[in-house]
Amino acid sequence: MADSMNLDSGHHEHHAPSGWTRWLTTTNHKDIGSMYLIFSLIMFFIGGAMAMIIRLELFQPGLQFVDPQFYNSMVTMHALIMIFGVVMPAWTGFANWLIPMMIGAPDMALPRLNNWSFWILPFAFSLLLLTLFIPGGAPAGGWTMYPPLVLQTGAAFPFLIFAVHFLGASSIGGAINVLATVFNMRAPGMTLLKLPLFVWTWIITGFLLIASLPVLAGAVTMLLTDKYFGTSFFSAAGGGDPVMFQHIFWFFGHPEVYILILPAFGVVSAIIPTFARKPLFGYQSMVYAVAAIAFLSFIVWAHHMFTVGMPLAGELFFMYTTILIAVPTGVKVFNWVATMWKGAMTFETPMLFALGFVILFTIGGFSGLMLGVTPVDFQYHDTYFVVAHFHYVLVTGAIYSLIAATYFWLPKWTGHMYNETLGKWHFWLSTISVNVLFFPQHFLGLAGMPRRIPDYSVQFAEFNMISSIGGWVYGLSQLLFVYIIIKCVRGGKKASDRVWDGAHGLEWTLASPAPYHSFDTPPDPSTIEGGVR
Amino acid sequence: MTLIKKLITTYIITAPLLALASEVENVNDNKWGLNLSKGVTPFSQDIYDLHMIVLFIVTIIGVGVFGAMFYAMYAFRKSKGAQAEAWHENHVVEAIWTVIPLFILVGIAVPATEALIKMEDVSGSEMTVKVTGYQWMWQYDYVDSGVSMYSKIAESSNFARQRGSGVDPSSVENYLLDVDQMVVLPVDTKIRFLTTAADVIHAWWVPALGWKRDAIPGFINESWAKIEKTGIYRGQCAELCGKDHGFMPIVIKVVEKNEFNRWVALQLENTDTREFAKN
Repeated sequence: MADSMNLDSGHHEHHAPSGWTRWLTTTNHKDIGSMYLIFSLIMFFIGGAMAMIIRLELFQPGLQFVDPQFYNSMVTMHALIMIFGVVMPAWTGFANWLIPMMIGAPDMALPRLNNWSFWILPFAFSLLLLTLFIPGGAPAGGWTMYPPLVLQTGAAFPFLIFAVHFLGASSIGGAINVLATVFNMRAPGMTLLKLPLFVWTWIITGFLLIASLPVLAGAVTMLLTDKYFGTSFFSAAGGGDPVMFQHIFWFFGHPEVYILILPAFGVVSAIIPTFARKPLFGYQSMVYAVAAIAFLSFIVWAHHMFTVGMPLAGELFFMYTTILIAVPTGVKVFNWVATMWKGAMTFETPMLFALGFVILFTIGGFSGLMLGVTPVDFQYHDTYFVVAHFHYVLVTGAIYSLIAATYFWLPKWTGHMYNETLGKWHFWLSTISVNVLFFPQHFLGLAGMPRRIPDYSVQFAEFNMISSIGGWVYGLSQLLFVYIIIKCVRGGKKASDRVWDGAHGLEWTLASPAPYHSFDTPPDPSTIEGGVR
Repeated sequence: MTLIKKLITTYIITAPLLALASEVENVNDNKWGLNLSKGVTPFSQDIYDLHMIVLFIVTIIGVGVFGAMFYAMYAFRKSKGAQAEAWHENHVVEAIWTVIPLFILVGIAVPATEALIKMEDVSGSEMTVKVTGYQWMWQYDYVDSGVSMYSKIAESSNFARQRGSGVDPSSVENYLLDVDQMVVLPVDTKIRFLTTAADVIHAWWVPALGWKRDAIPGFINESWAKIEKTGIYRGQCAELCGKDHGFMPIVIKVVEKNEFNRWVALQLENTDTREFAKN
């Protein structure tokens, strides 16, 4: 598959090595983007297989297939892989592929850093996945790594910490590269307020990454020294504070959830106007809304830990800031609906996934608002209601927009159209099954089922069974996605340069497939003036 | 509160499923449970009302937004000959849908703040129970009377939950939600709970009380409950605490005050005997 993604038609000055060393040494934004995307697709199935094991064990009450410790490992690894191995690399992959084409640049600003940022990832995940095979098993303390529990991890502990360090370094490298590219390599005439929203959301994501990942690195380093070097940062017995870890972790963790979702807003803001054939409603308010969300994301962290016992004033502050996020998020949703209003819509696969995103992400936003109300969170916290909430925003949010983006730009990348009928099948199978999978989990949580348990009381049996069936159908449907991609890379109807008749943006002025070096000469400023959003 | 109560009533009428769920008072036998338990404390009732208010608000907003979306998908499709218009801004509309949500949020924040202030006020409590989490059981100290006890998962559940036990969980009474020794508490008494832990972080949660609170080594958290109805209420640890996190249930038995006093006396006798034997 990798070789067939060789998209170097239409260039003549390329002297890269051939074979596998080409991929190892490449500094080309498209090669690196492809590697990021293929990597994240592979990790999606590894993390997905773990989710299938989880749903298998939860199909019925009683322990049938795995031991509790291994179950906890699956929960922990599933989260780490899906967050750090799927969604974050996938967004960096899209940034690599698209940002130079969108701003009229030939490549990324820091190509060697780019290569390095990617190649850290396979090593980091080798470290992490290796722990499945070492004595004591993989980390099982949850992806949030709360001490003191995480300090009970066996030989896997240093693997976990160093994997997280590597992943952080990789993401920071990617973020620096995106920011350097956008601020230095825009084509003449491409002013900041002409940038497509995907680029804008990535600028803000980049700042969030640079600001929050070092905090995570600090927190896990303190864990490391607590375990091996006798410090007591988080040990009450030594004068430390286990709750401080949670504060530090979520100071990273909350911006992190916006790192995962902001580029999704950018993708949806590109797709809906295209298929509604109408310009994006309220471009500037969209930019301001993203900035407002990013700002708020730094002052809401403690809503992940309302039950640790904070002073009343703290609980009130974090409740107010948290529910305030509903305002800019609401603006974005209303703007997308207004974009559709009086348009001329068609419903190709990317549009279907984008519309699915708007509806299902909004449902996740609603449960988010409910969770933000502190006194009620005392009930919701750490139940399946939370599990349902974050899977609505991450699966039908982040993953849906990644799928939408893949269908949307795949013809530009490969020069071929994907199979539209199969794409629609993929959408409907996914959308029905994902709701069967996650909607009943709201009920489970409200009825009192805690999260992260391998076995449950029989009163929860019915909805767990339904949820598991939905889970397996959803998992299997994603194989169709891989088949469609491979088929599209290999061949298919020739794609035109514009691909979609409502498409706007500099990337659509390039040939399909796009040339190896995107814009050797800057695009004509009049194209930009004509409105590229 | 009358308007809010009216809204809730309307909502329950329009959502028969949720009404059905709230009819079922006893969470323990609640198959197909859909909704939060109303619980048995004044606070849990406040929480339930707040939950229903916010659920009602988001449902209304959802119907509006998704309704508009589906109407747009139906009415403005190219296949029906729709012509795209070119407008892409309207400052008045944008201001309206920024400001109106703000007011809605204030409407949510006010009752939520009231409930939270009530929750954090432990003054006037008549007795104190200290709850300590261990991997994987609970210790209860009745601070005023000196009664102390451990409570862990009942043997029947613990046997059935082992892999390959051959026991069908549905044949076990209160599978995973039964303990060897219940926490006995008096009805209509403001009880202060102090939660802490001895090893890792746990969380003490009985849904019928309306809250959960983390049990953290080195910290003592304070919460309270005034249980208004006698009965048995079940809950679980709610913070991942290792291998057997799913197997440390909590069961409280709420009895009349005089019965509680008799129980305490009985416990003290037993405890004394044990202490005596140790010396």
